[in-house]
Amino acid sequence: MSEKTLSVNKTLLTPFNIFAGIVLVIGFFITVLRFTKGLGAVTNLSDNNPWGLWIGFDLLCGVSLAAGGFVTSAAVYIFGMKRYHSAVRPAILTGFLGYALVVFALNYDVGRPWRLPYPFIIQQGTTSLLFEVGACVALYLTVLFIEFTPAVLEWLGLKKARNLVVRLTMLLTIFGVVLSTLHQSSLGALYLIAPSKLHPLWYSTYLPVYFFVSSIIAGLSMVLFESTLSHHYFEDKMDETHLKENTGVTLGFGKAASLVLAGYFTIKIVGLAISNNWHYLTTGYGAWFLLELLGFVALPCFLYAVGVRDKNVKLIRWTALLTVLGIVLNRLNISLIAFNWQLPSSERYFPHWMEIMVSVFIVVVGILVFRFIVTKMPILYEHPDYKGNH
Amino acid sequence: MSLTRRRFLGWIGAAGASTVLGSSADASSTVHFKGYADSFAILHDITLCVGCRACETACNKVNELPPPDLPFKDLTVLNQKRRTTAKAFTVVNRFENAKTGSLSPAVFVKKQCNHCLEPACASACFVKAFKKTPEGAVSYDHSVCVGCRYCMVACPFEIPSYEYDNAFSPRVMKCTMCHPRILQGQLPGCVEACPKEAISFGKRKDILNIARERIKKHPERYLDHIYGETEMGGTSWLYISGVPFEQIGMREDLGITPAPELTSGALGAVPIVVGLWPVLLTGIYAISQRKEKVSAEEQALAVAEAVEKTQALAKQKLTGELEKAKKDALKDKDSAIKQAVKKALDDAAAAIVKQEASNV
Repeated sequence: MSEKTLSVNKTLLTPFNIFAGIVLVIGFFITVLRFTKGLGAVTNLSDNNPWGLWIGFDLLCGVSLAAGGFVTSAAVYIFGMKRYHSAVRPAILTGFLGYALVVFALNYDVGRPWRLPYPFIIQQGTTSLLFEVGACVALYLTVLFIEFTPAVLEWLGLKKARNLVVRLTMLLTIFGVVLSTLHQSSLGALYLIAPSKLHPLWYSTYLPVYFFVSSIIAGLSMVLFESTLSHHYFEDKMDETHLKENTGVTLGFGKAASLVLAGYFTIKIVGLAISNNWHYLTTGYGAWFLLELLGFVALPCFLYAVGVRDKNVKLIRWTALLTVLGIVLNRLNISLIAFNWQLPSSERYFPHWMEIMVSVFIVVVGILVFRFIVTKMPILYEHPDYKGNH
Repeated sequence: MSLTRRRFLGWIGAAGASTVLGSSADASSTVHFKGYADSFAILHDITLCVGCRACETACNKVNELPPPDLPFKDLTVLNQKRRTTAKAFTVVNRFENAKTGSLSPAVFVKKQCNHCLEPACASACFVKAFKKTPEGAVSYDHSVCVGCRYCMVACPFEIPSYEYDNAFSPRVMKCTMCHPRILQGQLPGCVEACPKEAISFGKRKDILNIARERIKKHPERYLDHIYGETEMGGTSWLYISGVPFEQIGMREDLGITPAPELTSGALGAVPIVVGLWPVLLTGIYAISQRKEKVSAEEQALAVAEAVEKTQALAKQKLTGELEKAKKDALKDKDSAIKQAVKKALDDAAAAIVKQEASNV
């Protein structure tokens, strides 16, 4: 709320802006260091731990939390849930920014980022899951960009171009769901090749299915979480339709998230049973696994259901935050915490503070761009010239 | 959000199809790749190694690597367990002897790239920088490498290392099996340097026979296991030992599945998803559209029916009222006539009475 009043007064020195400014300056210096001194100067990566926070958080969490775009557009355009239409644009925007930032972050992580197009233009390593991830992320970023352009074109007043893109909606949505299915699952499948390094409680031949299903949960929860924040800071930008539909969106998405979480919980148990890994549950890693499964899958599933039954919007919103944290925990478990569990603790990885700062820097950049766009373009409201025209 | 039967069926279909991703079926996997015929392999007889580090010295020289922090003659480095690094493609580690339970005699094991028959690194590389050569070496081409380091994640033997401190041209570093020297007809650096013949080079099938023969001749000296014959689908470095491999830093739980097979199921699902998802999604779209159309039609029909009913009712009511009015009118008319007649009769009677009175 204070944000809102201050932005009306055109004051730039809000606490968030000061924080963001400091992060941007530190981020800039670390960036210079990274690209002049190499990965070794800013990271704790090692020969045993080649993937750190930038893969575990920026790539794995970034991609799954950006799933709101494909989930929402599929619900509205394919499953015909038109009552949620006002949720599509913010979700597409978050998705687009999320993927753009993932690609941005990858430039920090790979050794020679200027060669990122090589797998497509020089030699195609089609036996690699990473090739699939790369190809789908690149294509899906393009799809999200096109899906997002109507907002920009409306802002710029280019009516003809806007109408042309809107006509492609169905095609783009289907394409987006196909690509999302592929790369969300492939991110999990990346770890299929390392059964000797990932703890058996997390390693499963179902990893791709787990990643895909949990990305739907992440997408639904992120839409809810992000709409909570938007309500807090950008309520003045929302039109009547958006505000009116919001409770319906919250209840509907909460219900869907509860259902998918129940399914996810079931298949996690199925995986545990198929690999016959029950005996690991009594170990330290087992306790950690149970915390993830019960505290961040079963509990939010239950809380969402209660929230929907009681029409308790507040509970649903807090549950969305819990679920998002659960997805982050799951991705960090697979990429960092349960990965290389066979190594002695002296050889394990913990991120360098500069790695953490770069991740914070990227999130802050995302928030700033999001804020710029929702205050300028028709995201949370319908452009008056195109009302009801979709 | 109401859950209709149609929508539910749509979801069930989606859930069913997604389980395809979990399967590892691969139509072509019945063929087992046993490596290139006539490819080379190297046997490391662990029982013969004395830990002199001559192989490390030779490797450093042949590959023109930077000098080590401590000279190769300094054997105190053996006090720590080491792994391969960007500056050392091979390392020798010292282990306690399980038979005596002490360091006398200690067991020495050389570690370097095992040059898998079906390498995890090559399967994982998205720019095909790794290649299994017909000679047996797994080669690496730094001129295309992007530096994603997925090869390092994939390698079950924890071999590839990275030049993290190189900002502009970092490379993945690992043993090359001296592939350039093999092509020139020379022995790999380490093999040539070993004073104890603890490493032997030859065709993989011959090397396997040598290993088998040694085990057969000296069952008291060796365990009946050639490490690398089947591990991860087989490797071009093979090991024989007098103590269990698990106790000398070599994992025995890797299994015999070649790395590429671990991901073939997930990769196989890609064309299936690409082929079926659009059909499924268009189907769900069509169903939801049709549902909307039908409900719109039903609504229109219901409205029409309601209108008709109301109209009929109104008509009925109107006719009723009309009739009633008619009836009322008739009644009124009757009563009016009756009244008029009565009045006329009364008048007439009165007139008669009046006349009679006047006549009287």
